[in-house]
Amino acid sequence: MHNDNLNPTEDIIIYRDVHKWFGDFHVLRGVNITIKRGEVVVVCGPSGGGKSTFIRTINRLEEHQRGDIIVDGIELTNDLRNIHAIQREIGMVFQSFNLFPHLKVIDNVSLAPFWVRKWSKEEAVRVAMELLERVGIPEQANKYPGQLSGGQQQRVAIARALAMQPKIMLFDEPTSALDPEMIKEVLDVMIELARSGMTMIVVTHEMGFAKEVANRIIFFSDGNIVEQNTTEEFFLNPREARTKLFLSQILTH
Amino acid sequence: MAERRRAVPFWRDERVLKVLTQIGFVVLVLVVGSGMLSNYRKRGLTFSFGFLDEEASFHLAEGIPFSPTDSYARAFLVGVVNTARVASLGIILATLVGLVTGIARLSDNWLVSRIASVYIEIIRNTPLLVQLFFLYFAVIIQLPSLREALVLPGNILLSNRGFVLPWPRPTVSFGLWWPFLVVAVIGATLMLILRRRGVQRTGRPSFNLLWVGVPLIVIPVLGWLLIPRSPLLLDLPEIVTMSGGVLKVEGGTKFSPEYTALLFGLVVYTGAFIAEVVRAGILAVPRGQTEAARAQGFTNGQILRLIIMPQALRVIIPPLISQYLNLTKNSSLAIGIAFLDLYAVSTTMLNQSGRVVEVFLMIMASYLTMSLTISLIMNIVNRRIQIVER
Amino acid sequence: MAVQPKILKPPPTEVGLLGWLKKNLFSTWYNVLLTIFSVIFIYFVSRAIITWVVRDARWEVVTTNFRVFMIGRYPREQAWRVLVSLGIIVFLAFLTWVSRRSKGNPIPRWLVIGWLLSFPLIGILLRGFSEESSFLPLVSEDIWSGLLLTLVLAIVGIVASFPLGVLLALGRRSKLPAIKVLCTVYIETIRGVPLISVLFMSQLMLPLFLPPEIRLGTVMRALTGITLFSAAYTAENVRGGLAAIPIGQYEAARAVGLNEALVMGLIVLPQALRAVIPTIVGQFISLFKDTTLVIIVGLLDLLGIAKSVTGQKEFIGLHKEVYAFAAVIFFICCFTMSYASRRLEQTLGVGER
Repeated sequence: MHNDNLNPTEDIIIYRDVHKWFGDFHVLRGVNITIKRGEVVVVCGPSGGGKSTFIRTINRLEEHQRGDIIVDGIELTNDLRNIHAIQREIGMVFQSFNLFPHLKVIDNVSLAPFWVRKWSKEEAVRVAMELLERVGIPEQANKYPGQLSGGQQQRVAIARALAMQPKIMLFDEPTSALDPEMIKEVLDVMIELARSGMTMIVVTHEMGFAKEVANRIIFFSDGNIVEQNTTEEFFLNPREARTKLFLSQILTH
Repeated sequence: MAERRRAVPFWRDERVLKVLTQIGFVVLVLVVGSGMLSNYRKRGLTFSFGFLDEEASFHLAEGIPFSPTDSYARAFLVGVVNTARVASLGIILATLVGLVTGIARLSDNWLVSRIASVYIEIIRNTPLLVQLFFLYFAVIIQLPSLREALVLPGNILLSNRGFVLPWPRPTVSFGLWWPFLVVAVIGATLMLILRRRGVQRTGRPSFNLLWVGVPLIVIPVLGWLLIPRSPLLLDLPEIVTMSGGVLKVEGGTKFSPEYTALLFGLVVYTGAFIAEVVRAGILAVPRGQTEAARAQGFTNGQILRLIIMPQALRVIIPPLISQYLNLTKNSSLAIGIAFLDLYAVSTTMLNQSGRVVEVFLMIMASYLTMSLTISLIMNIVNRRIQIVER
Repeated sequence: MAVQPKILKPPPTEVGLLGWLKKNLFSTWYNVLLTIFSVIFIYFVSRAIITWVVRDARWEVVTTNFRVFMIGRYPREQAWRVLVSLGIIVFLAFLTWVSRRSKGNPIPRWLVIGWLLSFPLIGILLRGFSEESSFLPLVSEDIWSGLLLTLVLAIVGIVASFPLGVLLALGRRSKLPAIKVLCTVYIETIRGVPLISVLFMSQLMLPLFLPPEIRLGTVMRALTGITLFSAAYTAENVRGGLAAIPIGQYEAARAVGLNEALVMGLIVLPQALRAVIPTIVGQFISLFKDTTLVIIVGLLDLLGIAKSVTGQKEFIGLHKEVYAFAAVIFFICCFTMSYASRRLEQTLGVGER
């Protein structure tokens, strides 16, 4: 089932010829892509191909060195105001959860709304509780992250990202660090989120997830987009040899 | 596009802000610094190292010869040499004490390990200066006077004027003997190189390390027997009465009470800290290493030498460096017991000349130089150990 | 029916006192030798110490001067102020201990505020207002001495050096080269020279560089020196804690929209500082010992008082008793603190992570 809220007229992320180097290593080699509001995009590809760097340039965890990135009409430049504005629009979920271990679950979620959005303490906590209910773990609110399982931690991380009411959610291999029995609980939350109309960019190899909710799949390799297509077409008729090889490797098991 | 970039106001531009913050910080430091400097100038003070050539006109009784007519520069040198004398010998002895105590602390003999830990805890939990005061004022100064000096076995004299060791002194025939020493050293070096070649070729030394010592002993002994009179005489300290009934020690090599107290205090103090470093290093080697080695049939001695120590050293060396540095810096406590080290001499220079800032800079520079030298040497050692490891 | 394997008692030489002796003292022939030597050594050392302590030592030098050792030249009729200060600290420490014991929770906020308020309160209490004041007459810090001065120097030194040390640590880890270089140079220079030279600088050089209107007493100057010195060491300890924070914490904090200051203040520093508490306690212990060096710039801390007591006419030559007493006081303080810090490390270790 695909997203009905897809608004094909509005581009929320625009990449024009974006380059990035780590020292001499050319990680992003002229990436061009446009993502529409409400779209769910899955990014896959071999490791070291630059897909992680790609999504980390969207919220400026990595700085791009050439080309233009425009997020929700704001251009990502050295202007601190633009940087902060964009970072507030984007939520991010990491492979290793990165919850704040010294804060309780509820404080992890309500921290940014309180300090950045300047909501009152009560308001921030109320919204945080709603989000914890949405990801299915309201009973863990007063525990510390270290006391939770991996799957629960990742769901808290999703709630934390949603607390800032972002327009875009980035997922950087959200299930790679999880034990197999916990992957589903996290994917379920992500599927629910996708159906609610959130714009999502997900780096993952969970092709089941992709088939279920993605509008588009991007195959990323050697610092650029090798192939992109709608989900059905991508699996049925891959065009590039590298894509075929990659698909045969990950779909056999 | 380019115009739009340039339009970013500078107070919001990340790159500009980075540069501005740095400039601001440097300017702040400069402003504070120049303010302090102008206060200094307002007092009519000047800055010059010219005084170093002037006559010092004070006495220094410790270390290399010094007379009041010598320059300030030479006085400073006396201090530097004295600090180096204490620090270098102190580092060697403290390492030995620390190694022995650290291993004793881990001994499976309960009493030995208790004794070591009581020593370590007492020393580590009291200030060095208190220990030095106790050692100097309560022990060494209270020793019997020269007239009733204690004579320890081996003719070591112990009194409130310090202690005196018998010391070998060259005689006229020493000139014939020292070529033998040179040959011995060359021979031993050659054998060491030969042995290392063997290790490189076959992976195992072709002979035991003890063989290297053979030329080192045999050749000098041969020389001793060949030349007519013995080249070295053991110079035994002796108490002689000078005219007017004043007693004096002749012969041997003397250590002043201040030097003795400082050296002993530093060794005991730093030794306790090094013991903890050694202990932590040995404990850092996983128990599985010992068990694996024992399963392979190594003896206990071999396990310690071949398996534990090489791995423990990697952990030990870095904190050991900082202990060496601490010992060197702590030698400045000498002033508390009137030993004329670098710091104590500097204080005298300062009182005499009034050159506060200059002398202070010299003190800082000397300690930093010593610290850097020790770090440099130990880092080279460290690197070699790490390479041997891999 | 399965045959019940018989449970045998271990041989008597393996358990109990005998087993312990065999295992820990007489396992091999060289251990037997070591044990014999150790027993002889302990016998002679303890006999010498006990006969001296019980029979030969003249402890009246300590008992007569006890007040002097503790508070030095602090006026006798004002001594209650020191006792009240001590009472405040003991009371707060007791509350802290109870609150940690009962719940295992972090220390409650009111207690933290209590601790923070206690410092200025005790400062005012000890120093007083002005000479004419009848309630708390001025006792200038320049006549504080004895154990009181030792404690004041160490505590104020560590507290004052803390913020400076944190700033230096952040500066040293900064990506901005000018700040990084300046902070590194400061830290390494201070760590490369002995404390005594820094004290010397603060005593003799500081006044030369300050505007003539500002006149600092000797104790304030010593405190400045101790703070500048200690800050470099705090910085290195804090830097160790900062290095232990995974990069993911910075990224996550920035990704939820926190700016640089909030990332540091809400996420990084709370974790880093908690991790370095045990090291800071260790640093406090060495600073406590190092304050004895102020004797060389003419202050009378516990050791300084001890030295002056050995010069009293009626007790001349009683160096052993006086310095042994000073050593015991230092030992009790330091040993208690390092024991407490080891316990603290254990409780922190099983904390939230």
